[in-house]
Amino acid sequence: MIRIEQIFRLTPPKKKILVLFLLVLPFMVGNYWSQILGDIGIYIILGIGLNVVVGFAGLLDLGYVAFFAIGAYGYALLASPQFGIHIPFWLMLPVCIAFGAGFGAFLGTPVLRMRGDYLAIVTLGFGQIMRITLNNLDPLTNGPRGLLRIDPPKIGDWIIDTPIEWYYLIMAGIFFAIFVANRLNDSRIGRAWIAMREDQDTAEIMGINVLKYKLMAFSIGASFAGLGGAIFASRQGSIFPDNFSLMVSINVLCLIIIGGLGSIPGIILGSIILIGLPEALRGVQQYRMLLFGGLLVIMMIFRPTGFIPSARKKIEFKK
Amino acid sequence: METILKTINITKTFGGLIALNQVNFEIKRGMIVGIIGPNGAGKTTFFNCLTGVYTPDSGEILFNGTNINRLKSHQIARLGISRTFQNIRLFNNMTVLENILAGHHCRMRAGLWGVLTRNKRTLREEKDSYAKARDFLNFVDLKGKGDRIAKTLSYGDQRRLEIARALAAEPQLLLLDEPTAGMNPSETGKLTQFVKRIREELGLSILLIEHDMRVIMEISDKVTVLDYGARISEGTPLQVQKDPKVIEAYLGCQEIIINKSNYPANIHSNTDLKSASLK
Repeated sequence: MIRIEQIFRLTPPKKKILVLFLLVLPFMVGNYWSQILGDIGIYIILGIGLNVVVGFAGLLDLGYVAFFAIGAYGYALLASPQFGIHIPFWLMLPVCIAFGAGFGAFLGTPVLRMRGDYLAIVTLGFGQIMRITLNNLDPLTNGPRGLLRIDPPKIGDWIIDTPIEWYYLIMAGIFFAIFVANRLNDSRIGRAWIAMREDQDTAEIMGINVLKYKLMAFSIGASFAGLGGAIFASRQGSIFPDNFSLMVSINVLCLIIIGGLGSIPGIILGSIILIGLPEALRGVQQYRMLLFGGLLVIMMIFRPTGFIPSARKKIEFKK
Repeated sequence: METILKTINITKTFGGLIALNQVNFEIKRGMIVGIIGPNGAGKTTFFNCLTGVYTPDSGEILFNGTNINRLKSHQIARLGISRTFQNIRLFNNMTVLENILAGHHCRMRAGLWGVLTRNKRTLREEKDSYAKARDFLNFVDLKGKGDRIAKTLSYGDQRRLEIARALAAEPQLLLLDEPTAGMNPSETGKLTQFVKRIREELGLSILLIEHDMRVIMEISDKVTVLDYGARISEGTPLQVQKDPKVIEAYLGCQEIIINKSNYPANIHSNTDLKSASLK
């Protein structure tokens, strides 16, 4: 395998160290923190997906959780005793990604003619509708009793069920998401999205099919949520409608904004802060939310563009 | 010479306001045509109809013989009409080169699959597009500024970048909406030469809205005058300037200019004079 050797040789040393660090990390921190790193990781995948919608294409989507739920329930229904169907995890991953994308396109078609605040409100509504539907569609989703004993991923006879094993699987998911997002960003499609975000009408007049690219952004963003949802359902082993509350949408949006809209390192840092910090602050339990809120306020005052703004935003602020 | 664009009786109203009233217009391939008229005469509305921003209430717009009335803006751009704006409308937070590439979007084909797999065709297309974008960058004299963020450019540079972006769409017909607005005489002179160069080197037909009569006189093959949405005059720049209807539209009545020693170089400033005297 010459290619692998080549990749290894061409990777800068900093990246090699980073990869090595990520590989040994779960053994250094143990099971409890590996579990939390896994939570963070799922949010990173969701963040990268929502960033395509909000950061690249500039569509404020407050109902992102709907697509997360589609991925999770899609997996749970087809890989649990609920209907006795047990499709393997690896086969379900692309299926759940397609569920997310398809549902994104389905939802986006009527909704994307709206702009800005209106879009935000309509998507917010759809997020809520999804949770309420899951709660009430008893014969399919078991309502508030949730779906239980969801299949974990298997490689041969080996079942992935410990936090450390999950950590590696989620890490692979993140790398895949980053890969896709980077390729999209640096392309004809990415440029069309950003042009659209900058000035929708001008973009249309310059020859960009705005409706098509909006739909594409919405749908691709949703497909990441589908992936995250499948991983989430399989990892939890059981899911309930309450897992998909408005707070998930808000958290994902927050972590993008805190990290720096449009930047992938920003999303990673944002997830660590937003999902990891509340865990780290468990020691001061009753002041946790207070500290957390204060931190957000301070950050927005001193770093309004987020911790690691995208390269483009950085240049903007320099000049 | 063949006709590249023709409008037949196009009318556009906004509520009770008739912005365009039965406008007939024609431009032949390779021509530079100026559109003048007092403020609010419907010049920009005319451009907006041609580029699909508005759909005319009635009448027909024929581009190379096909009706484009109901086409969407992006489809019209792809057919070959590109434009600039009266108030500069760049993609402010993109780099200069990215702005031009965004203009070139409608000539590229890469889809989702090509972008994700980065196959040979996509890579070649990207490379070609970058090369073309650099050519346009040099053509408008912005060499070396490709990596700047668009909004950090000077006013004149931004105007030229807007033209480069429009050119990158590889149009047959270029619409320039007041390209010299806010420029001093020397900048205006340079831009006039530049517009000529666009026709000569790229062979485009150009339609421009302009208030500066010196520019119109120098480069237009034909001038069309709009007032209250209607075409009131058409002809060579000299013919139009002598047309009593045009003088009336701008100055209200003919007597005022009879004892004027020099003919207005800039009709626009005279409209201001008129409104001032009315007060």
